[in-house]
Amino acid sequence: MALMRPDPTFYPSPGMAMQAPAEQLAYVTLLNAGGNGKKDAMGVVDVAPGSPEYGRLVGHVEFPHGDNELHHFGWNACSACLCPQAPHAHMERRYLIVPGIGSSRIHILDAKASPRQPKIVKVIEPEEFIRKTGYTSPHTIHCGPDGVYGSALGSAGGDGPGGIFLMTADTFELKGQWERDRGPQHLAYDFWWHLGHDTMVTSEWGTPNMVKDGVNAELLLGGKYGHKLHVWDLDTRRHLQELDLGAEQQMVLELRPAHDPKKAYGFVGVVVSLKDLSSSIWMWSREDGGQRKNGKWAVRKVAEIPAEPADPAQLPPLLQGFKAVPPLVTDINLSLDDRFLYVSCWGTGEFIQYDVSDPAHPKKTGSVHLGGIVRRAAHPTKPRQALNGGPQMVEISRDGKRAYFTNSLYTPWDEQFYPDGVKSWMVKIDAHATGGMKIDERFFVEFDGLRAHQVRLEGGDASSDSYCYSEAQ
Amino acid sequence: MTHGEVGTTALWVMLLLGAYHGINPAMGWLFAVALGMQQEKASAVARSLVPIAIGHALAIGGVVLAAAFLGTALPPGAIRYPVAAVLIGLGTYCLMRHRHPRWVRMRVGFRDLTAWSFLMASSHGAGLMVLPVLLGSGAVEAADHMAGHNHTSAPASPLVGLLATGVHTIAFTGIVTLVM
Repeated sequence: MALMRPDPTFYPSPGMAMQAPAEQLAYVTLLNAGGNGKKDAMGVVDVAPGSPEYGRLVGHVEFPHGDNELHHFGWNACSACLCPQAPHAHMERRYLIVPGIGSSRIHILDAKASPRQPKIVKVIEPEEFIRKTGYTSPHTIHCGPDGVYGSALGSAGGDGPGGIFLMTADTFELKGQWERDRGPQHLAYDFWWHLGHDTMVTSEWGTPNMVKDGVNAELLLGGKYGHKLHVWDLDTRRHLQELDLGAEQQMVLELRPAHDPKKAYGFVGVVVSLKDLSSSIWMWSREDGGQRKNGKWAVRKVAEIPAEPADPAQLPPLLQGFKAVPPLVTDINLSLDDRFLYVSCWGTGEFIQYDVSDPAHPKKTGSVHLGGIVRRAAHPTKPRQALNGGPQMVEISRDGKRAYFTNSLYTPWDEQFYPDGVKSWMVKIDAHATGGMKIDERFFVEFDGLRAHQVRLEGGDASSDSYCYSEAQ
Repeated sequence: MTHGEVGTTALWVMLLLGAYHGINPAMGWLFAVALGMQQEKASAVARSLVPIAIGHALAIGGVVLAAAFLGTALPPGAIRYPVAAVLIGLGTYCLMRHRHPRWVRMRVGFRDLTAWSFLMASSHGAGLMVLPVLLGSGAVEAADHMAGHNHTSAPASPLVGLLATGVHTIAFTGIVTLVM
């Protein structure tokens, strides 16, 4: 049934979303780490500072199966429903769509009646997903102006091409592959868009067969993992341009376009450079700031994070020969005012804040350490407890004052970098309005036996919604 | 009142319906404002008005003319009841499940925007909504009786249909301009 008034969590512009009330709950996917007999789950964490249960797991929705490898879930509807070309103001942000790259299953949870204990209302089984989309390993979900979009890592056989699929936002019917002409695109990972420029950008990791058994050193050293971005016409669904970062830039993952629909630039993180094991942040942008309708896009490196020298005895077998810890930037996130970019270095355990007011010249304004392959930095709440894993999936509150992150990456890869077995935690960072940040000592969630991955905040966050209106001048 | 005429009350109702459609953000003003913000130009808002009005007029005019031509061949009842059924059916369906034409593009030219406005008006049943007025609604009949006429009003002639569409579009455009 349609809503008679617009969902109060939909905002026309990112600036208006920043005025939203602070989130009370966080949703976090919890993965059984293979063979422990547990099932996957959606965890619900109380994030209201005044609540007696602050920083505790207050909900736990068990999934019918384990080993789904739940990754980047999203809402069925968001602020994009207010876009003027297809206003769907009667839609509701109500359902969480949770894809599993391990199983190719998609779970749909209704969070309306009991936000602390959402109900599974539909499960799309892998057979149906493969039959209707021709893809496997659904990875990322975004709510768009005309429905739900998802990315998938591979084709039915587990090789390429991966790509984008569509789903209805109210009945969750798969509508098939999105692409009309994929051009040279073969590898897939993340996707997002510039709604004001009718442009989609997609990134590259590897096909399911290239990633499911762990990092393949041969493929990696051969530069075979993804190293390109693809630019598409969002409306005609045609491939427009390929942006190659260079084969040494292995695994081009999370895409964070500017939230302001007028701006025609965004950031992407590269996991590792074959040259020196560094990670890097790149900025894509359209010439002339996007004023010309058919302007070309380009990409350039704007920040580099070096590897840290390390004693081989402290390194997992995969890294011993290099005598260094790679930063392994596996997730980044951009505040709604397009001002601060947060960067997770899963290898070194560093969490970095950059001021990107001048997007081509990020300035490092903050850094905290938690976990890390060598550092094993502790949380201030339990200063004697060495942590493993490192900052990974990061989510920023709409007002930009808080960031939350978890520490597991991808089960088969967790074992290679943290062979002692990732013990999962979730933390919260308080960010200062003018830069700088601090770990919240009251917030340290540990998950027993399950591994936390993507976080979504109640009512929306900095990577859940897209906007069609700039701020009024 | 001769066959094919339409009362002034009906024209007033058309005017009101035009205003009502104009105030609906899904019919164009919101898109025009967004285009102005995106391009940072007030002129972009004003420029969008013409294709939005044309697209809306085409959607209304198309349905009205189709009904008018049908009306020259069929008895009023044969049109009225199916139209009523379709309109109520569409309204109920939209209340339960509101589907939209797929439209993603934000950077639109004149032709795109005309097509968009036509599609949005048509898919929301804008043309269907004005038909009851012209097919002899209570309002029209009352006006007829007050004027001393004594017959069931027939569907408007094509010419009257055009007049009605024009009146509707003027009100629509006026309100869109006001809101913007």
